[in-house]
Amino acid sequence: MSLAIDGWFVIEDAGTHLIGTRCAACGTVCFPPQRGFCRNPRCDGESMEETRLPRRGRIWSYTSAAYPPPEPFVAAEPYTPVTLAAVELAGAGIVVLGQVKDLTVDELEVGMEVELTHGPLADGPLVWMWGRAS
Amino acid sequence: MSVVVLGTGMHPWGKQGRPFAEYGVAAAREALRDAGIAWTDVQFLVGADTIRNGYPGFVAGSTYAQALGWSGARIASCYAACASGAQAIDIARMRIMAGLCDVALVVGADATPKGFFKPVGGDRPDDPDWLRFRLLGATNPAYFGLYARRRLALYGETTEDFAAVKVKNSLAGSLNPMARYRKVVTAEEVLASPMVADPLRLMDICATSDGGAALVLASPEYARRLGVADPVRIAAVSTVTPTFPNTVLELPNFATDSSAAVPPPERPFRAAIAHAAYEEAGVGPGDVSFAEVYDLSTALELDWIEDVGLCPPGEAGKLLRAGDTALGGRVPVNPSGGLASFGEAIPAQAIAQVCELTRQLRGRAGERQVEGARVGLAANQGLFGHGSAVIATR
Repeated sequence: MSLAIDGWFVIEDAGTHLIGTRCAACGTVCFPPQRGFCRNPRCDGESMEETRLPRRGRIWSYTSAAYPPPEPFVAAEPYTPVTLAAVELAGAGIVVLGQVKDLTVDELEVGMEVELTHGPLADGPLVWMWGRAS
Repeated sequence: MSVVVLGTGMHPWGKQGRPFAEYGVAAAREALRDAGIAWTDVQFLVGADTIRNGYPGFVAGSTYAQALGWSGARIASCYAACASGAQAIDIARMRIMAGLCDVALVVGADATPKGFFKPVGGDRPDDPDWLRFRLLGATNPAYFGLYARRRLALYGETTEDFAAVKVKNSLAGSLNPMARYRKVVTAEEVLASPMVADPLRLMDICATSDGGAALVLASPEYARRLGVADPVRIAAVSTVTPTFPNTVLELPNFATDSSAAVPPPERPFRAAIAHAAYEEAGVGPGDVSFAEVYDLSTALELDWIEDVGLCPPGEAGKLLRAGDTALGGRVPVNPSGGLASFGEAIPAQAIAQVCELTRQLRGRAGERQVEGARVGLAANQGLFGHGSAVIATR
């Protein structure tokens, strides 16, 4: 099982989780994980702890790519439109963008609840994706 | 203390397939003619860089200086994504205001490939601009699509409203000889154009273009010595960053900042860009005669109208439907035709916006003229937290 990027998400039997960081000093959460120092300009924190982000959230907005995106994206042939959703994670105050698995734009709505899952890019490696809430 | 615009110049936008420097030099020469000065009078040249044209694009200042003929002028080159042109204006403005020079030339030009902008070449997994394509296939229009969908969901606008923005801008663009697209389009044509990034169709999204724009800026004393009465004044250039936490998903990011620990700022990024310009100029949205805003998509023009304070959030559609933002309306938006008619030539675009401000404020915009224009606002935003707003007055 090869991941398209290391350290940003983890796949377990219990589900897929995004990995973010939480500043030990001020509690600011970051995704992608932030090493070294806090992005809050009024915080001197240098201890970023890995944290799993909430797996569920509500759709902030969504779109689809009717044409194959350019490289370095690898488009499937024949191309099926990529659906993207930006999802507001419950309780984390953060919106995370991801591909949407097995749902088209016609099935999505702003405010709809979705859950994190994963799926393959056209050339194999796995990436986090938003899917139907269980 | 301020600087004035002595001259404007543009090379027509298009897809002419020439080296970018040709467009920039053509625009520069026109700006110098308009100002009534020689290239050898220019004490400082600032080039806004292009990142898709090799080394000469990264050192645009020296590229233009060499093409115009080495004159021994001081030069600078800068890149700030879509705000590159405004940044170049600000650099020139600061040197003039500091009293280190009297007259400066600002030039930006681009030659663009066909199709979606893609990241600059090579495998760069540390670059979010590379990664967003690799992991998500998230093009620039994908982000525009997200913003547009949100308007539909939050404000009850329709894709017909988006089409009406394109129709309005095509009418203005048809009157602008510098525009790339000069055909008046109908709402039916927009709504029948191919879907690109749902809910945005091909004609909702701005193209990528070749183009070049230039300005001659000077101190008021220099203008007086040349005998220029009542020149257009640059009253503000704002280039502020967002304030943490930025809770709007921006290109090319994977996520917003988190508001878990710190509440969102009073003003989101785009609104903050405009606000800083108003503060600096000592004017408010009610003083604005017309605005040039960055309509990367039709829906984004509506976002900007609210962000620059021409109406409260959610009401730009109302202004549009009332004809307020059309030529002849209460506060015309994108009287140049906007990006809808030009397509984006990144380092030239913010300079082109100020060319339009200047033309309008001089009363030389021909059929596009905004009657009694006294205060013009230009605003833009691109990738990675660079944005700008310029206010010009007369």
